[in-house]
Amino acid sequence: MERSRRNRRISAAAALSAAALLLAAGCSSSSGGKKAEESPDTAAAGKADTPRMKIAMVTHAAPGDTFWDLIRKGAQAAAAKDNVELIYSNDPNAATQANLIQNAIDQKVDGIAVTLAKPDAMKDVVAKAEAAGIPVVGFNAGLDDWKDQGLLEYFGQDESVAGEALGDKLNDLGAKHYICVIHEQGHVALEARCAGVKKTFKGKTENLYVNGTDMPSVKSTITAKLKQDSGIDYVVTLGAPFALTAVQSVADAGSDAKVGTFDLNKDLVKAVKDGGVQFAVDQQPYLQGYLSVDSLWLYKTNGNVSGGGVAPVLTGPAFVDKDNVESVAAFAAKGTR
Amino acid sequence: MIPVSQAAAPAASPSPPAAPASGADGRTAERSLLRRTLARPEIGALIAAVAVYLFFFAVAPSFREAGSLATVLYQASVMGIMALPVALLMIGGEFDLSAGVAVTASALTASMFSFQLSMNVWTGVAVALVVSLGIGALNGYMLVKTGLPSFLITLATFLMLQGLNLAVTKIFTGNVATDSISDMDGFDQARAVFASEIGVGGVQLKVTVLWWLGFAALATWVLLRTRLGNWTFAVGGNKDSARAVGVPVAFTKIALFMAVGFGAWFTGMHLLFSFNAVQSGEGVGNEFLYIIAAVIGGCLLTGGYGSAIGSVIGAFIFGMVSQGIVYANWNPDWFKFFLGVMLLIATLVNLWVRRTATRR
Repeated sequence: MERSRRNRRISAAAALSAAALLLAAGCSSSSGGKKAEESPDTAAAGKADTPRMKIAMVTHAAPGDTFWDLIRKGAQAAAAKDNVELIYSNDPNAATQANLIQNAIDQKVDGIAVTLAKPDAMKDVVAKAEAAGIPVVGFNAGLDDWKDQGLLEYFGQDESVAGEALGDKLNDLGAKHYICVIHEQGHVALEARCAGVKKTFKGKTENLYVNGTDMPSVKSTITAKLKQDSGIDYVVTLGAPFALTAVQSVADAGSDAKVGTFDLNKDLVKAVKDGGVQFAVDQQPYLQGYLSVDSLWLYKTNGNVSGGGVAPVLTGPAFVDKDNVESVAAFAAKGTR
Repeated sequence: MIPVSQAAAPAASPSPPAAPASGADGRTAERSLLRRTLARPEIGALIAAVAVYLFFFAVAPSFREAGSLATVLYQASVMGIMALPVALLMIGGEFDLSAGVAVTASALTASMFSFQLSMNVWTGVAVALVVSLGIGALNGYMLVKTGLPSFLITLATFLMLQGLNLAVTKIFTGNVATDSISDMDGFDQARAVFASEIGVGGVQLKVTVLWWLGFAALATWVLLRTRLGNWTFAVGGNKDSARAVGVPVAFTKIALFMAVGFGAWFTGMHLLFSFNAVQSGEGVGNEFLYIIAAVIGGCLLTGGYGSAIGSVIGAFIFGMVSQGIVYANWNPDWFKFFLGVMLLIATLVNLWVRRTATRR
């Protein structure tokens, strides 16, 4: 009895794998998919002949976010070029992130790139790294604190400057009443963006809080808001995935509001091209990741300091709209923009 | 979150829990020392911990250094100080899902109370202790009064605390994080108690590690040598029989919830005094890590079985895995997967060891 059951199981498994093979062989897609994505020319060119060094990148990213994936890809590209062993680690929890920096110090790395989203929590451990003679650069978050904490340099976007630029853009586009969709309640940088827009925008502004970890609820909340107030003519989201959801909400609500967003990803470039999303404010995460690693390499090999240690290096805001989307699209298709 | 609640919900239902495996045996004949050792709840976790340590020792050169061990121990201690009372509570047959945000709530209370009223930070620390114990007592009181599963009661407190943390912080500070209290009176003293470092043989060891081991010794003593410990096992094993033989069930359960409150207070104070400011949204999800540490350490989801030392080993395994992956320079995308594998292996080893040890 036992044996025959096992036999039956084996034959069932065999049938399943045969079916999978058939599917793979006969039903391949002629467009899109993995094949279209793999193109031979990547950003990596030659490779430096400087001695191998170890650089740690410690971020506050939550796992599985398209934005942070771009930062990491940029860092990896620079690491490959500069003959650097990149140690990437991340945790959204401040205490754990601080401990990951300690981990990098334990490993006696040659440089640390860190995001200061929670600057107070990083203060002590960053000082420790500096005391150990490890150069530290900041990127993405911590514009107000990098200098106080003695960081070498900083690569990122000034969130309120970006917000103000977006406000001007909305004025130009003739918007009257917009909602700023905040996908993480209590996030300082996100609040700063919306506050920046409010500063320069001449029409009516409103903030809408949604639960960013639950897309269906994001969608229904925006839909509900649009139905409740038909005067809204612009929806601004603070991350690319939310813009794509907002486009669906607008359709669901039967509203004629337009959608603009902060940050960019592959699908969003497509949406800008199709006209579903009007524009995106790109802070160029790939550039932030790339420059952080590359600048540490430059500092180690040539003593260079970007911004001279007094001024941040701004990587944004760069607007992507219908006029220039073509040039960005090629890079976005490879997953580097 | 849904799969977890589905997995844990049946355990929290009021159906009579399975009889503790260890007590059912050994009444007629004395078992050998080896058998008795193997029947301890934490032994499976101990074997797993040694295996994980040797594994990372082999694959990650920087893991071998004493400084790295201090980092691992620190990570384990912050989690372990909470995992201890959570383990006791689980032995007592209950869950506390509000444990993760209760830590943040406590830190926020201390920080804002001191800052807004410009008081010595020790006043804030004391108020936070009262609030934390109060949250624990409230959880326990609601549980014994309503008889509802602790899963539901503490899920409600979890959500309420999460909202309160954000809303109240925003009312008082206008921001989502508290103001830094590092320049206020008493800060340095409090920092020395909750978040200092001690040089041991050239390695900077965080003071939380010592507190953690101290609390673990205390919890073990209470559990194995006092009446309260006996009551804990009794109410977790079978509440009704425990009441029938005169165990004060309501008192024991409320006390256990208050122990979790105490742990939340201590961990919250550590976070506050090592990082000066507190983000109101933190702590969500940590409650499951505490439960995981307790389960790896041999606690049963049904209650009545487990140990305090087990949760220490569970937290240590967690610390080793989370930092070891970085020391080995593996892709951190895999972290949660490895953690899941560790949990599965630990529970399987526990199950196997317990079955082998209690078989006659």
